[in-house]
Amino acid sequence: MKYLDEYRDEKVAQKIVEEIKRTVSKPWVLMEVCGGQTHSIVKYGLDRMLPSEVELVHGPGCPVCVTSLEMIDKALEIARQPDVIFCSFGDMLRVPGSKDDLLILKSRGSDVRVVYSPIDCLKIARANPDKKVVFFAIGFETTAPGNAMAVWQAHQQGIKNFSVLVSHVLVPPAMASILQSPLNRVQGFLGPGHVCTVMGYREYEPIAARFQVPIVITGFEPIDILEGTLMTIRQLEAGKAEVENQYPRVVNRDGNRVAQDLVEKVFEVGDRKWRGVGSIPKSGYKLRYEFHQHDAERLFDVQEIDTQEPEICISGLVLRGVKKPHDCPAFGTLCNPEHPLGATMVSAEGACAAYYAYGRHLQQPAQPNGQPALAKAT
Amino acid sequence: MCLAIPGKLTEISTDANGVRMGKANFGGIVKQVCLEYTPEVEMGDYVLVHVGFALSKVDEAEAARTYQALERMQQLTELDIPDVAEDGTEMLAPPSVNGKHPPDVSDLSDDQPASRVA
Repeated sequence: MKYLDEYRDEKVAQKIVEEIKRTVSKPWVLMEVCGGQTHSIVKYGLDRMLPSEVELVHGPGCPVCVTSLEMIDKALEIARQPDVIFCSFGDMLRVPGSKDDLLILKSRGSDVRVVYSPIDCLKIARANPDKKVVFFAIGFETTAPGNAMAVWQAHQQGIKNFSVLVSHVLVPPAMASILQSPLNRVQGFLGPGHVCTVMGYREYEPIAARFQVPIVITGFEPIDILEGTLMTIRQLEAGKAEVENQYPRVVNRDGNRVAQDLVEKVFEVGDRKWRGVGSIPKSGYKLRYEFHQHDAERLFDVQEIDTQEPEICISGLVLRGVKKPHDCPAFGTLCNPEHPLGATMVSAEGACAAYYAYGRHLQQPAQPNGQPALAKAT
Repeated sequence: MCLAIPGKLTEISTDANGVRMGKANFGGIVKQVCLEYTPEVEMGDYVLVHVGFALSKVDEAEAARTYQALERMQQLTELDIPDVAEDGTEMLAPPSVNGKHPPDVSDLSDDQPASRVA
């Protein structure tokens, strides 16, 4: 196995940064909407390589972070029940609810299991017919095909003791919501490459046209992000607002049609509350009526829960690109990965956790236009 | 969960319920993957896998590049979660992904273009 030559990557990175400097003539604010991109930007210090005119702000691209507190509290209430096996992706276990988190419940004896794939829950359900197996179906368009398949298979195979607590979110309506906000500063987007692997990028075209913003579908590697930034800046400087694809080696315009078809069969689009942001119309998936026997929200009749967010936490503003993590008085002090106050500090894809992991709580907020060098991978 | 992990298909089969399944090798860790969404893939192909579902095919160089990028960003920990056996129990935990398991991609050519712009 030959590892990629980081030195070569750095030379390419510097070339792109130079090209961005030659291209840019006025200030622009760009947002990435993929938690993986956020992580990469902070890890490699990409935002600090860019000229001062180009500001990168971090969008609501971390599914763990945007899952609403109500939904976390519902998950906790269901997981507490003695006849329930509650299954989840690992990232959700430490996300704070109003009280407790799933890991705390597990330590107190609730049957909370981390699974790699939702389809594993079907085996658990078949093997435990006297238990109710509930999967916490969160995520963006990337996890929707898997979650849809788990429900579809349970339905086909008559696995009655399997249900899903659905909290799916969709990227394009969130982008539209950010652009409509009076607080909006975003002028161009780096689109989420892996989301578009599934969905393609047709649905971004009306957003680019309606709001007159360039959207460049971008990978998550450092060179991808710099290249996507350059493509976005070129459009902005030329007064264009188109959808472009920086990531054609993985993404095409149509995405995976087979996956989209099953997602469409199982889910329908509905309103969804985003943590820290509020309700966004038509921004999530809900189970279609035909699958209501697998809908944990119906089966468990969880009452509306009075939720409590820590007052000091500004994760909602961070998720909309209005504030940066180090603008928060609790960042790195009261709030850290060991004791997260908000979800953006929990997941590695959250902006606050990424800033913390790469030491930005130890530094003054740096002005961009720093050294044009890739931070070394640790 | 959010970023797909590339793996090499080492087995393709149909399970007892008629679901097209397979096994993929992720840098030495072999895991079950569902192939219902990628009817076109064959043994030896590289696929991008989201939460146990192959969602697209990529070439070997791209698979290697993506795997390395994820590894550097420590975004491979979900591979450490054991698969679930038919009896609902966890299968033996795979070897740690943070150990020295090179991705199962034999040759990443050094002259792969890293960028089309520069």
